[in-house]
Amino acid sequence: MSMFDGFKFRSVSSTIHKMDPRAKFIYVCVLFCVAVMFSQLIPLLILFIVQTPLIFIARVQKEWLRSMKGSAMFAIVIFLMNILSLYFYGSYESLSVIVERALALTLRFMVLIESFSVFFLTTSPDLLGLALEQSRVPYELCFAFTTAVRFVPVLAEEAQTIMDAQKARGLELEGGNFVKKIRNYIPILIPLIVNAIRRSLELAETMESRAWGATQNRTNLYVLKMGRKDLYLVLFSFAILAVSVYVITYIQIPNVTHLLRI
Amino acid sequence: MIKIEDVHFTYPNGVEALSGVNLEVQDGEFLAIMGQNGAGKTTLVKHINGLLKPIRGTVVVDDLETTKVSVATLARKVGFVFQNPDHQLFSETVEEEVSFALRNFGFNEAAVNERVNWALNLLDLAEYRKVSPFMLSGGERKRVALASVLAWDPKIVILDEPTIGQDNQQKERLRQFILQLNNLGKTVIIVTHDIEFVAECKPRVVLMSQGKIIAQGAAEKILTDPDLVSQASVVLPQITQLFVSLRNEGFPTEVIDVNEAAEILLERISDSR
Amino acid sequence: MPIIETKNLTYTYPIGTKPAFEDVTINVEKGEFIVLTGPSGCGKTTLCRCFNGLIPHFYSGKLEGEIAVSDLRVVEHQIHELAQHVGMVFQNPENQLFALSVEKDVAFGLENLGMSRKEMRERVDWALKTTGIFELKDRAPYELSGGQQQRVAIASVLAMQPKIIIFDEPTSFLDPMGAQKIFEVINRLNKEIGITIILVEHRLDLTSKYANRVIIMDKGRILLDGPPKEILSSEEARLIGVGIPKATRLYQILKDKGVNLGKIPLSAEEAAETLTEALTH
Repeated sequence: MSMFDGFKFRSVSSTIHKMDPRAKFIYVCVLFCVAVMFSQLIPLLILFIVQTPLIFIARVQKEWLRSMKGSAMFAIVIFLMNILSLYFYGSYESLSVIVERALALTLRFMVLIESFSVFFLTTSPDLLGLALEQSRVPYELCFAFTTAVRFVPVLAEEAQTIMDAQKARGLELEGGNFVKKIRNYIPILIPLIVNAIRRSLELAETMESRAWGATQNRTNLYVLKMGRKDLYLVLFSFAILAVSVYVITYIQIPNVTHLLRI
Repeated sequence: MIKIEDVHFTYPNGVEALSGVNLEVQDGEFLAIMGQNGAGKTTLVKHINGLLKPIRGTVVVDDLETTKVSVATLARKVGFVFQNPDHQLFSETVEEEVSFALRNFGFNEAAVNERVNWALNLLDLAEYRKVSPFMLSGGERKRVALASVLAWDPKIVILDEPTIGQDNQQKERLRQFILQLNNLGKTVIIVTHDIEFVAECKPRVVLMSQGKIIAQGAAEKILTDPDLVSQASVVLPQITQLFVSLRNEGFPTEVIDVNEAAEILLERISDSR
Repeated sequence: MPIIETKNLTYTYPIGTKPAFEDVTINVEKGEFIVLTGPSGCGKTTLCRCFNGLIPHFYSGKLEGEIAVSDLRVVEHQIHELAQHVGMVFQNPENQLFALSVEKDVAFGLENLGMSRKEMRERVDWALKTTGIFELKDRAPYELSGGQQQRVAIASVLAMQPKIIIFDEPTSFLDPMGAQKIFEVINRLNKEIGITIILVEHRLDLTSKYANRVIIMDKGRILLDGPPKEILSSEEARLIGVGIPKATRLYQILKDKGVNLGKIPLSAEEAAETLTEALTH
């Protein structure tokens, strides 16, 4: 679960937290494109390092470190798989070039994790929901999103209560073979699902009673306005995109191996 | 017998729920644990069947120390009926639901049948034997949950907020049912904030506030003490409120029962005539 | 003109074999505070859902008879239109809050109506102040106690400024002190703002003193309807089995034994007054 810690919103007061989610999202998308564009070590290393100051400005170092540690497992798998596939299926090059390639592709994975992680760590679900609304995503979807986030802790607590209730009737959740384990979770899943359905019915009643669907032009108590910092971020992102396109078209990026003459 | 000694408990989120609780419950007692929401009542009773283990102090149920045995072992002795029956019900028929715990505890088929029959009859559910529990009304589902917990005949029965959402008649039936369980020799512990219900049942009352027990004793003594009651953020029973207001007329204040109140008043009125 | 009018109203659920309630004919005048009670399954909760249109628009099934709320025939108007005249507060506070902050929840209904931001802001602040939770406006729902959550639900309904608010067992999950606070808020809405209140409750000891009318249902029919003191001290009420306030019960017992106190008490204060009088004369 530690990899997912890096994607849970952490409420802290920082510049990045206050920024418009739409600007941050554009930044993340650009980073995604650029990361996918390059498969050489040097540019990906630059991308990885460029993001680190943001993590410190956002004051989410601890969570980010946890997500890095958590994704280390995946990173190692990706590294080994790339080494093997490059060795067997790539054109033959020296071992050091293969290692560098594999390292670069692993780093690409880390860059993506890093950028999405910073996004989710610094964007509160309500701001995210608001951003979705203002980006003309259909209201039903935005509502489904924020309601889901709102009820996650409630459902988690309910799951715990259900487990307690069934344990108190002698249900053993630990031990036993795989099949038995799955069977043991039925007395947990069924009440959870049934209660979730009952809850949605009550929510629907409340929504209807508060004039849901009265008009297509739904208004909002809050409004997101892009500030100067957000505009700078967007411009900066497009600058990165432009530079990357230039580099990849006109510049031959050397391998570190060749530079170090291994 | 249940012995709770100097129990401290803090939830993972840092909330200190119990700060030094001492309680002894004898076999066959009828106990009501009362207090405001958040006082620690449910946290305390979850220590009795081992769902929660104390961070400091010990909980011993019939010579079993709760930190040393599994919840399933303790559950054999301690039946715990949760507040919301829908957190337990999952089977296709009432019969299966009631036999769930029995199978978990390893009863053989013949014993399961016998116990299920007994439990269904006790709770007036025989006619719903083959019915899906999800098709039943709220009150009936509560009875199914009760039946499924009583099926294995635990000697201690804990009911967590059994009166929530119940109408007057359902509460009266519950009160009589609890007396029946008590007469069968079971130790009954209810967690509740329903003053009038406790005033009618007259159990031994344990009053909690902010993770501590602030008083325990007979219902007539505890529920009629205005200072204790306000400390625990609970209210006085209506009859007691009346007699506290009439204190200056020379009436006793430790009255919680409406019939007793009527007698006292009738005496006084006929005296003054 | 009564603000709610029903005539021979009968409703059967789609999977029901017999009606949930039948032949209900009542008139509710503007500004009334009605406590609606009865044993579980008597039909009171179902009846309430007819007042704001959940029946027949959300729940299908068979609705017969006439019902008009605020001069609108319920069958002919959508729930979102009726919701501007009749608000409804439900039993479980948790399932009435969907937003991630209190004030966004209170604004929910107004957002649905497409109100301007300025007007919403005014109404939200007003509703929060009236229910006494203005300081909680930026908090998240899961941080609040049950009583606070229920007050948010009330504020959310109040913000839409309905003429009638229906409360369906709003204090089931609250402790007596929390329940008391909610009843005080409801009473304020009725006595200070003039909102017509229909309160479905079992806790008659805490609520009957605020009401001007008590309606008792049983097995789908209205059996008693009148002023609280009269209804709750009657033998019929006792036989139906509703939770008559102990003070009123005391009055009944004394009356049976030949001591008539004259004034029927609904609360400990009223009983103390009446008894002190009786003892000193």
